[in-house]
Amino acid sequence: MRIRVDVNGEWKTADVWPGSSLLFALREHFGLAGAKNACEQGECGSCSVWLDGTLVCACLVLAAQAHDRRVRTVEALGSAERLHPVQEAFLEAGAVQCGFCTPGLIVAVADLLERDPAPDEAEVREALSGNLCRCTGYAKILDAVRIASARMRGGGA
Amino acid sequence: MDVLLPRTLAEALEVKAAHPDTVPIAGGTDLMVDLNFDRRRPRVLMDISRLPELAVWRREDGHLFLGAGLTYTRIIGDLAAFAPLVDACRTVGSPQIRNRGTVGGNLGTASPAGDALPVLAAYDADVVLISAAGRRTLPWAEFLVGPKRSALRPDELVLGARWRIVRGPGSFSKVGPRNAMVIAVASLCLVIDEDRRGVRVALGSVGPTILRAGAAELEIARALESAGVWDDPAAAVPREAIERFQSAVAAAARPIDDVRGSAAYRRHACGVLARRALSWALQDRRAAAGPTPAR
Amino acid sequence: MSVLTGARTRGGVGESVRRVDGVPKVKGAFAFASDLFAEGMLWGYTLRCPHPSARIRSIDISNALATSGVHAVLLAADVPGKKTFGLEFSDQPVLARDRARYAGEPVAVVAAVDPETARRAAERIAVTYEVLPAVTDMEEALGATAPRVHDFGNILRHLRIAHGDPEATAELWVEGYYETGMQDQAMLGPEAGMAIPADDGGVDLYVATQWLHVDRQQIAPCLDLPPDKVRLHLAGVGGAFGAREDVSMHIHACLLALRTRRPVKMAYGRAESFFGHVHRHPARIWMRHGAKRDGTLVSVRARILLDGGAYASSSSAVVANASTFATGPYEVPNALIEGTCVYTNNPPCGAMRGFGAVQACVAYEAQMDKLAARLGRDPVDLRLQNALSTGSLLATGQIVRGSAPVREVIRRCAALPVPDPAPRDPSGRGGGYAYPGGAGNVSRGEGLRRGVGFAVGWKNLAYSEGFDDSSEARVRLAAGPGGPRAEVECAAAEVGQGIHTVLVQIVRTELGVETVVIHPPDTRIGSAGSTSASRQTMMSGGAVQLACLAVREALFARVRQRTAVEGTGLRGDLGIESGQVCAGGVPLAPLERFLDEPIEATRVYHHRRTRPLDGAGQGDPHVAFAFAAQRAVVDVDTDLGLVRVVQIATAQDVGRALNPQSVYGQIEGGTAQGLGLALMEEVQLKDGLIENASFTDYLIPTILDMPPVLSALVEEPEPGLPFGAKGVGEPSTVVSTAAILAALRDATGRDLHRVPVRPDDLAGLTPPAATREPPPSPEVPGPAPIPKYLGLEAGQQEMMGG
Repeated sequence: MRIRVDVNGEWKTADVWPGSSLLFALREHFGLAGAKNACEQGECGSCSVWLDGTLVCACLVLAAQAHDRRVRTVEALGSAERLHPVQEAFLEAGAVQCGFCTPGLIVAVADLLERDPAPDEAEVREALSGNLCRCTGYAKILDAVRIASARMRGGGA
Repeated sequence: MDVLLPRTLAEALEVKAAHPDTVPIAGGTDLMVDLNFDRRRPRVLMDISRLPELAVWRREDGHLFLGAGLTYTRIIGDLAAFAPLVDACRTVGSPQIRNRGTVGGNLGTASPAGDALPVLAAYDADVVLISAAGRRTLPWAEFLVGPKRSALRPDELVLGARWRIVRGPGSFSKVGPRNAMVIAVASLCLVIDEDRRGVRVALGSVGPTILRAGAAELEIARALESAGVWDDPAAAVPREAIERFQSAVAAAARPIDDVRGSAAYRRHACGVLARRALSWALQDRRAAAGPTPAR
Repeated sequence: MSVLTGARTRGGVGESVRRVDGVPKVKGAFAFASDLFAEGMLWGYTLRCPHPSARIRSIDISNALATSGVHAVLLAADVPGKKTFGLEFSDQPVLARDRARYAGEPVAVVAAVDPETARRAAERIAVTYEVLPAVTDMEEALGATAPRVHDFGNILRHLRIAHGDPEATAELWVEGYYETGMQDQAMLGPEAGMAIPADDGGVDLYVATQWLHVDRQQIAPCLDLPPDKVRLHLAGVGGAFGAREDVSMHIHACLLALRTRRPVKMAYGRAESFFGHVHRHPARIWMRHGAKRDGTLVSVRARILLDGGAYASSSSAVVANASTFATGPYEVPNALIEGTCVYTNNPPCGAMRGFGAVQACVAYEAQMDKLAARLGRDPVDLRLQNALSTGSLLATGQIVRGSAPVREVIRRCAALPVPDPAPRDPSGRGGGYAYPGGAGNVSRGEGLRRGVGFAVGWKNLAYSEGFDDSSEARVRLAAGPGGPRAEVECAAAEVGQGIHTVLVQIVRTELGVETVVIHPPDTRIGSAGSTSASRQTMMSGGAVQLACLAVREALFARVRQRTAVEGTGLRGDLGIESGQVCAGGVPLAPLERFLDEPIEATRVYHHRRTRPLDGAGQGDPHVAFAFAAQRAVVDVDTDLGLVRVVQIATAQDVGRALNPQSVYGQIEGGTAQGLGLALMEEVQLKDGLIENASFTDYLIPTILDMPPVLSALVEEPEPGLPFGAKGVGEPSTVVSTAAILAALRDATGRDLHRVPVRPDDLAGLTPPAATREPPPSPEVPGPAPIPKYLGLEAGQQEMMGG
């Protein structure tokens, strides 16, 4: 079936197998491989994207459900010249090892800080409880959130 | 496979009437897993996630109507007064899941592990079903029939759930082997009904469907009566009564051994959760009643 | 040895340099193997046997082949060359022909225009199986009447280590029986790769793997192609932890690509991934520790049994590891250790971070706690008393020659601050992190008991038992548009641990050049060995360092020759410093002046030779050792049996931290995997079938499960290793399960003997384990793996010429 989706500000169309997830459509039809397939069941958050501004697992959204909707992915963060503060913070904190969970985490963190610019540790942990990481043990991810939160509020790290 | 995108509930119901094997998809947290894992290949899917008629809630006549299309996130935001319901929504996985999962999905899937279901059971909720032919309201006990089986007819969609608002404290708890993102090994909702002087206990994941611990409920209500708790929230409840309550709730569970947990543990956990939920409810009642006047 | 330049070049060894692949990773632009795309590519899919043991009577592919969109359906008969592969022994069929030995074994592969078509076509392959009796219990597998997984029987390897007087008496004995469950690496990036047929009749395979060359060594004979026609390129790796040591979709994708003459991509989903790679060996360990009343260890007796599953993989090395580490990092004058690995019809087991040392640590550290309790001694103190050190004689007869700061590691760990006593949750509504049960809202602090546990562990670095391991690197120094520039070619697989960044740092330090580029790894250069055994910093770091030294020598020779010609004198030693050639510390000229022609050197690094174990388990098996201690603090909800790990404090022996931030990252990540094994991770098997092949039911720790990790680095350089740096990937995983288990025992007073611990165990619902006797030791021709005695050729050794 043919779907039409606003992906990162650009309307795109694709012919997809009707049973495809939005994740599959993004990766295989729209050329955006940032969202990853690590579990296919919404357990790991590696496929986190925004659908109409709401954080979702793209693997749990039928591609057709994104028809005529706005989708924003990790590729929309930052620009060619500058990284988004969350991306910069991940690099600075050493929160990136293999990087497979990284795009989903960055989207989830950006979503959290958009909604709550100064979350405490418990709030951060709860907000990221749907994002699995197998490499880092999460410690430096928490550091990255602290750094990004401080920067985005206009303070230093 | 086809996918239909109806714009209104009426359109959706027409489709269902004409093609009863059409499978509705809302949040996708159950169905998409089946599709991704190649477990199901429905002939036709129908997106109901954007139907405005489903994503509403209303207070009417001392009742609350909860639309099937409300996401857990919206329930947490809009219905903070319904503490057990909010508890249940908060225990549901991650923000990503809460933003998409719906109570309607819990009802449609009818799994005994559906997180919101013990709360609806404790609220004695009716389930409102709708088809092109009209509305049908089923009492809770008639809706859930067995594991992943409900009385939903092929031409029907779940419109929502409706219950008489219960005055009194309550909570929902869910046990799992890690601290987040678990399918319940056992879950429990306890609600105190001040007006009818009753206690309601519903159990999830410990039987073929959601269970009510009827005998335990009656016994503890009587014990609270004897202890004078209904009139005086600060009155002490005898320890034996709490212990009997714990055993009685555990006895009401009908769990099995499976990959997520043993039957023995599930039964034990129900008892512990019951005792804790009761003591929290009584504590919250005491706190709400304010400081005891000097005697 | 490293000759450091005077002033440090920025971004060199010792700094917490940012990951060189970090920017694409945070942008979502880094190409993992599953992100690969090629015009006209087909998708491959594998049909797997659903039975743990079966004869294959017939396979009819006609309906599958006739499906529209299907380009190929291949069976065992379509494998043109060698029919089997394997890391140590080629015992694993590329595709099962007449016999399948585990549920999940590949039987056929399909190439089609999209994944859905491939899946539907696979369903149409009609396979007739004759289901055979399966052996799925490791002790049953030892029995004479057990079904035979392979014709020669079910023993893969049995070794025996006899040290001192195995019959030595002691003033007191403690004994115990321990079990560890099957853990999965659960790397987030499932198996994936793309094979592209080449015009020369060969194939290019882009794949996420741990060792390009050992993969090629197995792939080429199966394709009946010479190695130079099978070119492997490292695609982005989404974590490994041992799961990528064995071949998975590699040969399948190549076969399909060569048959269809189209690029073929294969990407497993999570469920398939559980079948696509080996797992950590489940273990049953019986131990007896004898000691004097003053706490001195006298004797350790251990019987270790590992379930290797259907094929050998690297099991023979794992059982040797479990056995050689069974005494713990202690002075043990007498020992008798027997390790057995059996075949069963369970899914194959092999490498996972820790490689046998994890299972041993769970057992020996439980024993040390038992001993401490019996003697009324502080557990930390007892360990300090018995700790080994440089010069110690091990049960294998090996003398610890390198750095062994075991006491220092114990002391530094014990000295780390303890967490505050349990805070009460002010909201009264049980926050997601304050209490066990987390987001489940099951507690307001009831029934909590805090426990503290301590454990020390050890691990070998690099491969063992005489394996002649090596790594090759090429370094090229040239003048670039922005200044001097160095390029590194090395096949070392970056799997997320940060080796590429460390190699760049080494070049910066050795060549005094900031601009360093590392090429994508492929098989054009020689082998760098495996990204495993905590060896890459040592081996590939060593190769890069040697190549840099050779480049420096060549550079300085050129400098001397040219200055001699020019008649300018040179005072003092030559060096490089921030892009300048210096003489006696004084800048002479910019580097580019001497780089009109690039300078290139290729070097191979070998570690010192080791010796395999003989019939009494004596030899010099391990290159070097690393030690770690952990203290775990847990809160246990004793009614519900749920756990919150409050804090992990750890000290690790790292030799020298070449990138401190990455070292901490490895320690924290390794600890998380140990925590997972302690509390929640187990591949659950029933009659050979995996029951929980998904992330819903195979649980790995979330951010709500992981505590803060306080780490202290003990830096006592290892002599003979580049920069004195030890590998850091594994020791934290080796020790953390044992530390958490000790804390749980402390909190509950229960004699917990199995990991993962279940809520049932902590809530007292599990009946105490009955005393069990170890099974009798099997009769074997010798300490080597049985297939070797039967003439099945070795795998990696062939390639290394060892």
